[in-house]
Amino acid sequence: MSRVLVGVKRVIDYAVKVRVKPDHSGVVTDGVKHSMNPFCEIAVEEAVKLKEKKLFKEVVAVSCGPAQATETIRTALAMGCDRGIHVEVTGKDYESLGPLQVSKIFAALAKKEEASLVILGKQAIDDDCNQTGQMTAALLDWPQGTFASEVEIEGDKVKVVREIDGGLETIKINMPAVVTADLRLNTPRYATLPNIMKAKKKKIANMKPADLGVDIVSRLEVLRVDEPPTRLAGVKVETVDDLVAKLKESGTI
Amino acid sequence: MALRVTVLRLNLAAIHHVNNLYSVSSTRKLTENVASKPKAASGGETMTGHLLYTPEHLALKESLKKIIDQEINPYVDQWEAEGIFPAHKVFKILGNAGFLGVNKPVEYGGLGLDFSYSIAMSEELGNIRCGGIPMAIGVQTDMATPALARFGSAELKKEFLLPSIMGDKVACLGVSEVGAGSDVATIKTKAVRDGDEYVVNGGKMWTTNGTQADWMCLLANTSDGLSHKNKSLICLPMNSPGVRIARKIDKMGMRSSDTAEVFFDDVRVPCKNVIGREGMGFTYQMLQFQEERLWAVGNILTMMENVIRETIQYTRQRTIFKMPVLHHQSVYFRLAELETEVELLRSLLHRATALYIRGNDVTKLASMAKLKAGRLAREVGDSCLQYWGGMGYTNDVLVSRFYRDARLCSIGGGADEVMLSIISKYMDTVPKAPPK
Repeated sequence: MSRVLVGVKRVIDYAVKVRVKPDHSGVVTDGVKHSMNPFCEIAVEEAVKLKEKKLFKEVVAVSCGPAQATETIRTALAMGCDRGIHVEVTGKDYESLGPLQVSKIFAALAKKEEASLVILGKQAIDDDCNQTGQMTAALLDWPQGTFASEVEIEGDKVKVVREIDGGLETIKINMPAVVTADLRLNTPRYATLPNIMKAKKKKIANMKPADLGVDIVSRLEVLRVDEPPTRLAGVKVETVDDLVAKLKESGTI
Repeated sequence: MALRVTVLRLNLAAIHHVNNLYSVSSTRKLTENVASKPKAASGGETMTGHLLYTPEHLALKESLKKIIDQEINPYVDQWEAEGIFPAHKVFKILGNAGFLGVNKPVEYGGLGLDFSYSIAMSEELGNIRCGGIPMAIGVQTDMATPALARFGSAELKKEFLLPSIMGDKVACLGVSEVGAGSDVATIKTKAVRDGDEYVVNGGKMWTTNGTQADWMCLLANTSDGLSHKNKSLICLPMNSPGVRIARKIDKMGMRSSDTAEVFFDDVRVPCKNVIGREGMGFTYQMLQFQEERLWAVGNILTMMENVIRETIQYTRQRTIFKMPVLHHQSVYFRLAELETEVELLRSLLHRATALYIRGNDVTKLASMAKLKAGRLAREVGDSCLQYWGGMGYTNDVLVSRFYRDARLCSIGGGADEVMLSIISKYMDTVPKAPPK
């Protein structure tokens, strides 16, 4: 009972200006800079910190995707994870891979690896779903502590301070549990050069969803992807009456 | 773990991300928008089977980029205005992450990696939004310390090399003088033996990091005799009595790098502080020229790329005569020319580096690369600045800073004329003195 599973997702880098494909089937990913989802970095940092506090023996980084997903796993290894698991999903399967399928994979792995804790980022910056953590917990029938800004292990329980609309909520849940990391949980460490070189020797196991008995057929079909409408120029008005008149004119009120 | 300023995490307001497909919550301040078209100028980073770089090289670049984005770039404008950057602070952050000892011995905290990793680092440092700080880092890692790492005694390495790699001590290089730059052999600084000490008199010029350095790798005349056999490299603590920092030089560019004029008045330094053998100083310094020059090219390559990218972005949205500046054929054709030359220089850099790490002498190629880098940077700066128009002439944009900073490349670290001499020697075109 002392293994942590951390999920990491390879996403288009936050600084890239994303473009929609000419056929509107998705966004351009070829040749575009990718990196680890920022919330996944925070999740990795938390897991490694817990291991450094000697609360867990091993941290396993998991990523689902094509061959390039191993780069993301290597970053997690360079940050301090002990080993990695690459669940290979490619081509059309990868394009349609969503939270439901990933949750099934994580649930299967959590059981297989006998993890006491699964830590994920609260959401990915490409689809903003904010579902994988919750679904994984439901599939495992484990408690969940989402939007965590503080995580503390107290015996066989986890105290989680959650960031919610009204403020902060503190809950205590039994392990094994799923936790999702929010922005203020920690500040991820830089992968130091010595650790980058050490990560080369750490193992990354390779498997397919079928090996875990998971069906990854999507229940969703993406019909069309468009850019947000271009922002039109505004109109300046002189008085409040003018403003009201214009709003009435445009049918807004 | 590295220090971070908490204001960065709350700096979400500074994010001006155009596309709403992305969640805006990020711990990092967005400092650039990179077009998501195929990255032709990335040097093959997203291609498979890169000629020089392995996944570890790319992981090195990624991690360094994060440090640059978080700990350096947010402060560059301020440091440029102040005329100095906090070397101890920045070097400690880099030292903690292992970036100051990339190709230095493992016994002294280095990573013992080959020079291709140093080049990967120098390329990534080009993402710093000024030339001064990469230059200062380069002095620390690849100018003031290589000879010490290779030829210094264990005691000397422990006292000077180890803390420099850890980022605890700032180093500077004392070679050029007021009266001797390209003609290194004619330096006048003397270190005269007195018992088990040297007494140093003279001065050094153009000393990068000079006002902040803890020690100087000093080249001085330690005997009379042939000018390339009478010099030694000495590790000189900068707080030694008699070391006087006369002034911080007010320069046209590289303004965040403090450049000092230093004088030595009867400065005493132990004889054991000589690196390697007395009289070998000139030779030792020359051995590392290939690396110094290739390193300088790596930096400026990325900067040129960034300037071209930003110029495209600017001219795409700036309209003139009812269409974007970019849409004028003279503009996009010129940018295509510049992009071509940048790729050529990158190829030369990577080829020279690949040959070097396999044990070849790449003096000719390194000199060519340095020569081209300096000249191309002037062309890129000049052409791109023109396309920015009036805005390019302000101090608010990267292109004008690059224009000022990059001009040094043809002068420092081996002037263009010196490069041409070296290349000509290899081509056997230099006229020989007639026999007496």
